[in-house]
Amino acid sequence: MKALMFGWEFPPHILGGLGTASYGLTKGMAMQEDMQITFVIPKPHGDEDQSFLKIIGACNVPVVWKENDWNHVNSRIGSMMHPDEYFWLRNGIKYDFSRIHTNELGCISFSGRYPDNLIEEISNYEAVASVLAHQLDFDIIHSHDWLTYPAGVFAKQISGKPLVIHVHATDFDRSRGQVNPVVYGIEKRGMDMADHIMTVSELTRKIVIEKYHQDPRKVTTVHNAVEPLPEINTFTKSPRRDKVVTFLGRITMQKGPEYFVEAAYRVLQKTKDVRFVMAGSGDMMEAMIDLVAKRGIADRFHFTGFLKGSQVHEMLAESDVYIMPSVSEPFGISPLEAMQVGTPSIISKQSGCAEILTHAIKTDYWDIDAMADAIYAIVKNPAMYNSLRNLGRDEVNNIKWYDAGLKVRKIYDSVM
Amino acid sequence: MRNICFYFQIHLPFRLKRYRFFEIGKDHYYYDDFQTEDQIRNMVEQSYLIANRTISEMIRSSNGKFRCAFSISGVTLEQLEQYAPEVIDSFKELAKTGSVEFLAEPYAHSLSSVFDANEFEQQVKTHAAKIKELFGKQPTTLFNAELIYSDEIGELASKLGFKTILIDEAKHIMGWKSPNYVYNHSYIPKLKLLIRNNKFSDDIAFRFSNLSLSAEKFIEWISALPAEENVINLGMGYETLGVAQPAYTGIFDFMKALPYHAMEQQINFILPSEVTKKNESAGPLTVMHPISWVGSDKDLTPWTGNDLQAEALNKLYAVGERVRMCTDKPLLNDWLRLQSTDHFRYMSHKDAHGTHYESAYEAFMNYMNVLADFLERVDAQYPTTIDNEELNELLQTINNQEKEIEDLENELKKLKIRKSKKQES
Repeated sequence: MKALMFGWEFPPHILGGLGTASYGLTKGMAMQEDMQITFVIPKPHGDEDQSFLKIIGACNVPVVWKENDWNHVNSRIGSMMHPDEYFWLRNGIKYDFSRIHTNELGCISFSGRYPDNLIEEISNYEAVASVLAHQLDFDIIHSHDWLTYPAGVFAKQISGKPLVIHVHATDFDRSRGQVNPVVYGIEKRGMDMADHIMTVSELTRKIVIEKYHQDPRKVTTVHNAVEPLPEINTFTKSPRRDKVVTFLGRITMQKGPEYFVEAAYRVLQKTKDVRFVMAGSGDMMEAMIDLVAKRGIADRFHFTGFLKGSQVHEMLAESDVYIMPSVSEPFGISPLEAMQVGTPSIISKQSGCAEILTHAIKTDYWDIDAMADAIYAIVKNPAMYNSLRNLGRDEVNNIKWYDAGLKVRKIYDSVM
Repeated sequence: MRNICFYFQIHLPFRLKRYRFFEIGKDHYYYDDFQTEDQIRNMVEQSYLIANRTISEMIRSSNGKFRCAFSISGVTLEQLEQYAPEVIDSFKELAKTGSVEFLAEPYAHSLSSVFDANEFEQQVKTHAAKIKELFGKQPTTLFNAELIYSDEIGELASKLGFKTILIDEAKHIMGWKSPNYVYNHSYIPKLKLLIRNNKFSDDIAFRFSNLSLSAEKFIEWISALPAEENVINLGMGYETLGVAQPAYTGIFDFMKALPYHAMEQQINFILPSEVTKKNESAGPLTVMHPISWVGSDKDLTPWTGNDLQAEALNKLYAVGERVRMCTDKPLLNDWLRLQSTDHFRYMSHKDAHGTHYESAYEAFMNYMNVLADFLERVDAQYPTTIDNEELNELLQTINNQEKEIEDLENELKKLKIRKSKKQES
C-alpha cells in the first residue's frame, strides 16, 4: 500500500499539534509491513526524521519547466532532494503555472508557516500536487487538515485514486463560531470531494456532520495517540514547598485562559501554598496579566512566555497539576504529554481527548467551581494525586499510534 | 423436608449533595434531599409497596406457610419514616402475621465490621433497638452490610448474642461444599452460618426475565437437588421485585405462584432463625479474609480496592473513637450517614454500582470535601491536639465533677437541715 500524504508541518520544526500528530501517525502506520508513505510538506528543513517515510518538500518540486544544469540543481537543492529526482518530477508538469512566481528552478517558495497570504500558499500547494499526482506512483491520497485539502482534491482528480482527509481541527474550533467563509469553503469542498473523512474525536466528527453536512457513514473517528517519550526518566520533579498548577498553550480565546485565572483565584481564597503558571504566549496574554492583577493574586500567578522543545516537558514534569480549560479542542495532545511525565491533568469536557481518558479530571470549561475543586483536591490530597499520577501514566502509555494506524489502514482498505 | 429460606435486603444511602471545597467550614448540611427523596419514592412506588402487598397475599393464601425475612438498614428506615411512612406501616402489618423476620445489620449499612469493631457493635445495637421499637421483636440473625463476613466478624457477632449469620457462597471458601446445608463458625460451633445459594438467588435477581422463568420450573429445579440438601437460601435486594425485574416481566405473578408449587413438591418456607433450630450443622467453615456478596471475586475490592477508597476509609475511621465520645446529635447523625458503603463504592474505578458521579475521582473529591468539614466539626468539639486517652480522663473528671458537686450539695443540704432542726429544738 503506497500512500501519498499532504501535510503542513513535520517535526522538529512545528508550530502546533498538527506536526506532532502527523509524525506519530505516520510512524505508527509505517510499522505495518507493506506500508510506504510519501509525505509532502511545503518547506522541509533537512533535519526531519526520514527513517520510516519519504519526505518531499513542495518548495523543491518544479511546477514551471526551466532548463537547468545537473550541477546547478545539485548545489541548490541537493541537500534536500537528489537532482535526478528533480528532473524526473519535472516531467510531471502538464499545466501552465507560469502565472505563479517561481525561482530559476521553476519551484515556488513556501514559508511553511501560517503567513498572511496563506490562501495563496494553499493554492500554490495545489499546483505542486498536480505535478506529484502525475509523476508519483501511489494507491491512496491522504490530506492532513484544511490547508492541504485542495492539494488532495486536485491529486484525486488527476490520478483517479481515492482521497481520505484527516480533520485535525475545523474553523468552528479556532473561531468560537465566528467562521471565516473562505476557510469554511475550502474545508467544505475538501470534505465533499473526499471518499472518507477521519476526525480526531467524536466531538469533531459531530461538527463535521452537523456543520459541514456530511453523511455520517462517511465520517470515522480515529483518536490521536502519543509517542513514547525518550529519556522519560530525565524529567524529574524538584522538591519545593509550594504546589505548582500549570496552564500550557497558546493564550487565545480557544484555550479558555480566563477560566484558569478565575479558578486560581478561588483556590487562593482557601489556601496559600499553591502557585499558578501560565506558560505560552498569545493575543490574550496582556488581558490575562490585567485580570490577574485585578484579582489581586499576582504574587502567586506567574507568566513564563513561550516555551519550546524540552522546556515544555520540563515544565510539565515540574508541575503538580496540568490544566487545559479549552473552550473547544478537537483533540488536545498536551494532557497526554503531561500524564506521560506523571502529572495529573484537568481537562475540559469540550476537549476531544476527554473521550479516551479515564484517569483525568473532566469539567466543563466554564465550570470554574469544579475546576477549583479539582485543583484543591489534587494539591491537598496525596491519594488523589498518586492515583491520577500512576493510573494516568499507565493509561496514556497504552494509547498507541500503532493502533490508530491500524484504524486508518482499515479505512484505506474500505475505500480502495 | 426441604426448606426455602427467603430474605430480602433494603438499603438506600443518603445522597450527598455537590459540596465544593470553599464550603468547608461554612456549610454543615451535606445531603441532597431532593435526590434522596426521589430515589426512595421511586423504589417505594415501583417495588416496596407492591412487593409488600404481594408477600402479604402470599402469606394469607398459604395460611402462613410462606415465610421470609427482611434486612432494612437504619438509614433507610429513617428515610422511609420521613418520605414514605406508609411503607413502615405496611411492614408493621407484615410483622403482625408472624411469618416474617426482621434481621439485624449495622445501622448505617457500613463497613464498620472491617474497620472499627466498637463502631460495629454500637451500630448493630442501635439497629436492633430500632427494629424492636418498630416491629416489636429483637433480631437474632445478623445480615451484615453487603454480607461481609470473616471468622473475626463472626466472633464479634457471637459476642453480641447472634446465633445465626447470613453469608454468601464464595467459591474459594466453599470449595466442593454445597451451600444447601447449615454450617457453623470455624471455632464457635454454636454460631450457625446460612449460605446464600448464588445460582438460585441470581436466577431470580438477575436472570429472571432472560430465563423467562416460571414458578413451576424454578421449584422443579430445587426439588431435583439431592435429597439430603435441605436448606436453599435465597437472598437478594428487595428492589428485585419491581425495579431490577419490572412488573411487566411477571415477577410478582412468579412470586405469588411459588408457595403453591412448593407445597406440591413438599417444600417448605422457613425463616433464618428457624433454620438453625431445626437443622444440625454440617461442619465448620473457615473464612480468614472478609468475603462479600458482590462480583465474582466476592471480596472487599468494590469498596476498598483502590487508593482513593483506602484513603477515604482511613480518614473516616481514624476519628471513630473520638466521635463516639461526642454527644452532639447532628454530628453523630452525620457520622452514621457518611459511613454507608455506597459512598466508597462510587469511588471504584471498575465497579461503581449505582453511582451518580461522572467518575471515581469526582465521587472521591466530593466525599473528601464533606469529610473535611465533618472532621473540622469533630475537632471543634474536642481538639485533636489532645489524645484520646487524655480526653477520656478529662471527660471523666468533668463528669465526676458534676457528681461530686451533687454529692457535696446533698451533704450541705443535710447539714443545713440538721442545723435548723437543732435550732428548733
